[in-house]
Amino acid sequence: MADIERHDYDVIVIGAGGAGLRAAIEARSRGLRTAVVCKSLFGKAHTVMAEGGIAASMGNVNSRDNWQVHYRDTMRGGKFLNNWRMAELHAKEAPQRVWELETYGALFDRTPEGKISQRNFGGHEYPRLAHVGDRTGLELIRTLQQKIVSLQQEDHAEHGDYEARLRVYPECTVTELLLDEGRIAGAFAYWRENGRFLRLEAPTVVLATGGIGKSFKVTSNSWEYTGDGHALALRAGANLIDMEFVQFHPTGMVYPPSVKGILVTESVRGDGGVLRDAEGRRFMFDYVPEVFKGSYADSEQEADGWYSDPDNNRRPPELLPRDEVARAINSEVKEGRGSPHGGVYLDVASRLPAEEIARRLPSMHHQFKELADVDITAESMEVGPTCHYVMGGVEVDPDTAASGVAGLFAAGEAAGGMHGSNRLGGNSLGDLLVFGKRAGAGAAEYVAGLGARPEVSQADVEAAEQRALRPFEESGSAAAQHPYALHGELQQVMNELVGIIRRGEEMSSALDELAELKDRAGHMAVFEGNRQFNPAWHLTLDVANMLLVSECVARAALRRTESRGGHTRDDHPGMDATWRRRQLVCEHRDGAVTVTERTHPPMRRDLLELFDITELRKYFTADELGEVTAEL
Amino acid sequence: MAYQAHLQVWRGDADSGELRDYTVEANEGEVVLDLLHRLQATQCPDLAVRWNCKAGKCGSCSAEVNGRPRLTCMTRMSVFAEGETITVTPMRTFPVIKDLVCDVSYNYVKAREVPSFTPPEGLEPGEYRMQQVDVQRSQEFRKCIECFLCQDTCHVIRDHEENKESFSGPRFLMRVAELEMHPLDSYEEAGGNRAEEARGEHGLGMCNITKCCTDVCPEHIQITDNSLIPLKERVADQRYDPITRFFRRKKD
Repeated sequence: MADIERHDYDVIVIGAGGAGLRAAIEARSRGLRTAVVCKSLFGKAHTVMAEGGIAASMGNVNSRDNWQVHYRDTMRGGKFLNNWRMAELHAKEAPQRVWELETYGALFDRTPEGKISQRNFGGHEYPRLAHVGDRTGLELIRTLQQKIVSLQQEDHAEHGDYEARLRVYPECTVTELLLDEGRIAGAFAYWRENGRFLRLEAPTVVLATGGIGKSFKVTSNSWEYTGDGHALALRAGANLIDMEFVQFHPTGMVYPPSVKGILVTESVRGDGGVLRDAEGRRFMFDYVPEVFKGSYADSEQEADGWYSDPDNNRRPPELLPRDEVARAINSEVKEGRGSPHGGVYLDVASRLPAEEIARRLPSMHHQFKELADVDITAESMEVGPTCHYVMGGVEVDPDTAASGVAGLFAAGEAAGGMHGSNRLGGNSLGDLLVFGKRAGAGAAEYVAGLGARPEVSQADVEAAEQRALRPFEESGSAAAQHPYALHGELQQVMNELVGIIRRGEEMSSALDELAELKDRAGHMAVFEGNRQFNPAWHLTLDVANMLLVSECVARAALRRTESRGGHTRDDHPGMDATWRRRQLVCEHRDGAVTVTERTHPPMRRDLLELFDITELRKYFTADELGEVTAEL
Repeated sequence: MAYQAHLQVWRGDADSGELRDYTVEANEGEVVLDLLHRLQATQCPDLAVRWNCKAGKCGSCSAEVNGRPRLTCMTRMSVFAEGETITVTPMRTFPVIKDLVCDVSYNYVKAREVPSFTPPEGLEPGEYRMQQVDVQRSQEFRKCIECFLCQDTCHVIRDHEENKESFSGPRFLMRVAELEMHPLDSYEEAGGNRAEEARGEHGLGMCNITKCCTDVCPEHIQITDNSLIPLKERVADQRYDPITRFFRRKKD
């Protein structure tokens, strides 16, 4: 066997989005020799697509905001299924993580007092999202990227080498985690540019690979979102939780067809935009669910009054959590009240002066003008739901981001628990920063407490190499499969059968189809080209991950016989309080995915007391609350 | 509606390559990148193309369409006549890796040579105060998606490999300007001089403000007017002010 490029680190961070970069900054700052491995060029990660902002209760616009209010909003948004400790840490630490970005050079929009400006968003009680116009994700990624560079400049000054302690491996894909008796020992990867393999040795790996959206046909996600971290974790023996919860963002572009799914930021609604049916009616008033009735307006007059006088008016229903709005749009279209291309209208043109729209929503203005010939300062946008985010992910310890596999950590979208059944807009960027940092710190502590370093076995490296090269051998086989076609079929199955509205029989047939696809996927082949920058080969490896993760989604979704957050079942339309405490855990054993049920630990007393008992009654069973009320 | 479009795509690697002709379906509303993806899926599975967001936000899919530096995801097919042959080639300023993918590492090298933001002494996180009007100037430059089209089109390096060593290109001169205009950057207090370094380390003097970079910027950043010219003015103020010039000459 030819020599493989080999490197030694203390931590390998997989993914260079917000979570990965924040983890790398933390690990390197704590003295760890750190590698960041990412599938794209440095600075292109999907985080750049985030538009609205970072939710952090700094209280710059409404001084009543604090971590407790943010915590409550997060738990409500997730329908109380969230890991409460993660939600607590997130609400408490997000402001510090945002302020820290300013010390790295970030330039957020300002309030008149010169503080960081904050905007309204769905499900957030007060204006809470730190933002830069509608390109906050770009600011976040660039800021972290530039912080990485500044650490490299320090290393250059000290060691004469920019990469002495922190190196980015761009356009490099990890295909396998390498273990030593169940502990992380390293990772096996290839350079996309030339197909050469890499053996990276390190006792810790931080998974920060983002989501799984590319398993669905209509999605706001980029090609990188193929569930790599989810699949790597499963195959290494870690658990995935909450995989049935997939967020469909209510407003994706629907027309022209080539842009279907591209995100239209929630800021449009946060800044005053409203949803209308084909007749021009604001339909969201019909869709305020029982649990949210107290805090959302029931008339246009009250809703419009809220923007200037939030103390005496309830919030507009367009700002309900995403799952509610997505379902509402879906049913409007289904009932025949949609727009010509199967969406509804999002109208900001009649709500704000043209120059204000261009100032607050510059990239939306640009996006619609360039891609759809629509001037959003004058016309309504056509929008509909698009697969956006997976709430489920690797089960981690909230404080250290450690998974069940020693040395394996996960943060950001790849980790599960924080958002429960539905994520609030703005809570993703906060999540990346808070838990990215914690994962970096967790890895550093683990390394400090480590005795002998785990060792990579040569046999594992060879096996990983064989697996990666298999698609080249398949091209001669009679059963050979085209990866692009197979990927298309997978997206169709997930979109239609395990999509925004689900049904038991449909999911069962999805599982049959997934099994069939999985068999065929074993024969995916590279028909043309060699290992040099060959997208067909890359896709064969990505599709294998997507299939594994899709199976988890479908199995967990079939099992949960209720509707909650990002899991809506036509055959079980109600939210069932007995399901609130039950968590579905996916494991991979002997090549098969199994789903087991587990009970959430009860919320800590002081956190529970942040809520009104009448609100808790809407979500908790009488039994659960019986114990609480007896104690209170 | 749908029609058969004629594409010429550069295929090859660092050693050799050629323009190849393809006929591929184009549908309403599609962009050049959609057609490249359709080529991958139906005719040439190994066609190398970089892309990520497909919404003009990440700056990955840069190439030259009919010789003009563009994001392929933001180039609508409707800007071309149906019978027209559309030629797609990799960015010329950077070495080709394969097909439309080139080696843009030059940019990452230059990025590292710009000293980072220097936080002000004595201000804790959370204590930063800046006015919108003051952050706005740098914010414009932070809209940059690093597509490197400005670098690609810049004639200082487009056909002059030899200039790459001493010239950082519009993208990174703009980065220097962005930091220079940052209301709280304390680099100068720490003894640095960003404008002078733009001249000395990054080759600002080689730019003769032909505005080609501004013309191709998909984010419509006024690179020349708002960053390069003010930076040049700052250099001129510092270097050619008769009084300071007199003193500096004595030092030199």
